[in-house]
Amino acid sequence: MIINHPLLGPRDAQEFTYLGDASLLDRPDWQVPDAAQAFHDYLYLRDNPAGDHRELWFHEQGDRSWLVVTRNTLTHEILNVELARDVAKARRAAQ
Amino acid sequence: MHNLKPITPLGGATPRVDTIGAMTITEVVDCAMASVAARNDQRDAVKSALAGKISLPEVGLSTMEAPYSAFWMGMDQWMITAPHESHELLAQEVKADVGDTASVVEQTDAWCRFDVAGQDLCDMFERLCNAPVRSMAAGAALRGTLEHLGVFLWRLEDTTMAVIAPRSSAGSLHHALIGAAKSIA
Repeated sequence: MIINHPLLGPRDAQEFTYLGDASLLDRPDWQVPDAAQAFHDYLYLRDNPAGDHRELWFHEQGDRSWLVVTRNTLTHEILNVELARDVAKARRAAQ
Repeated sequence: MHNLKPITPLGGATPRVDTIGAMTITEVVDCAMASVAARNDQRDAVKSALAGKISLPEVGLSTMEAPYSAFWMGMDQWMITAPHESHELLAQEVKADVGDTASVVEQTDAWCRFDVAGQDLCDMFERLCNAPVRSMAAGAALRGTLEHLGVFLWRLEDTTMAVIAPRSSAGSLHHALIGAAKSIA
């Protein structure tokens, strides 16, 4: 499998490690009243889609950037790769 | 404590040089290093703070403006090198320039460096790693895996590649380089 790194171009998937669902970027606020429930949901509740899935990958044997990879879990086709930093910044700007 | 003698990453008193066929593998120990990581949204500030010393390179590249060199390590992160003889306190020197715009870490003794030179450079590195050596122009730098080690490959010239790896694994790296050189000799 080849991941097309947004900065470095195509790199072998063996250079990367997988973390999990990209929703991990949305860490709940620990100060809100229902923080315990929010963290429970954040930690344990995941969708398990058969199809397109946004997930976090770490370029460990490369530039050590975090990526948001959109991958089809049925075909393993990689549809989109973004820097997690850009995704997080865009999300913060939209809020 | 006053009789300590410095040793090279391979443990010798002098840097090791191996010539195998057309390839020469040289242990490089005269290079001071400091890493510079720009703080959040401070990339341009870091670049201008260091402009008098060296222009920091873009993704996958390096710059050489004697006596300083720099190569790209990651997003908003660079390694700066200079001759150890004249710039032993490189990290302090760089920190004085960048102030609060970047974090600077002394790296000199964390790494070993081997300069591999010869006409068959690409043949040799194709046996060692998955880096696209044939399309790396002089000045290109990237991080990849070689002998299970995370290393920086820095194409100094068409026929010279610097391999910068964790110092504690210098012996393993050297073994791999020698093995690959022998296999193409």
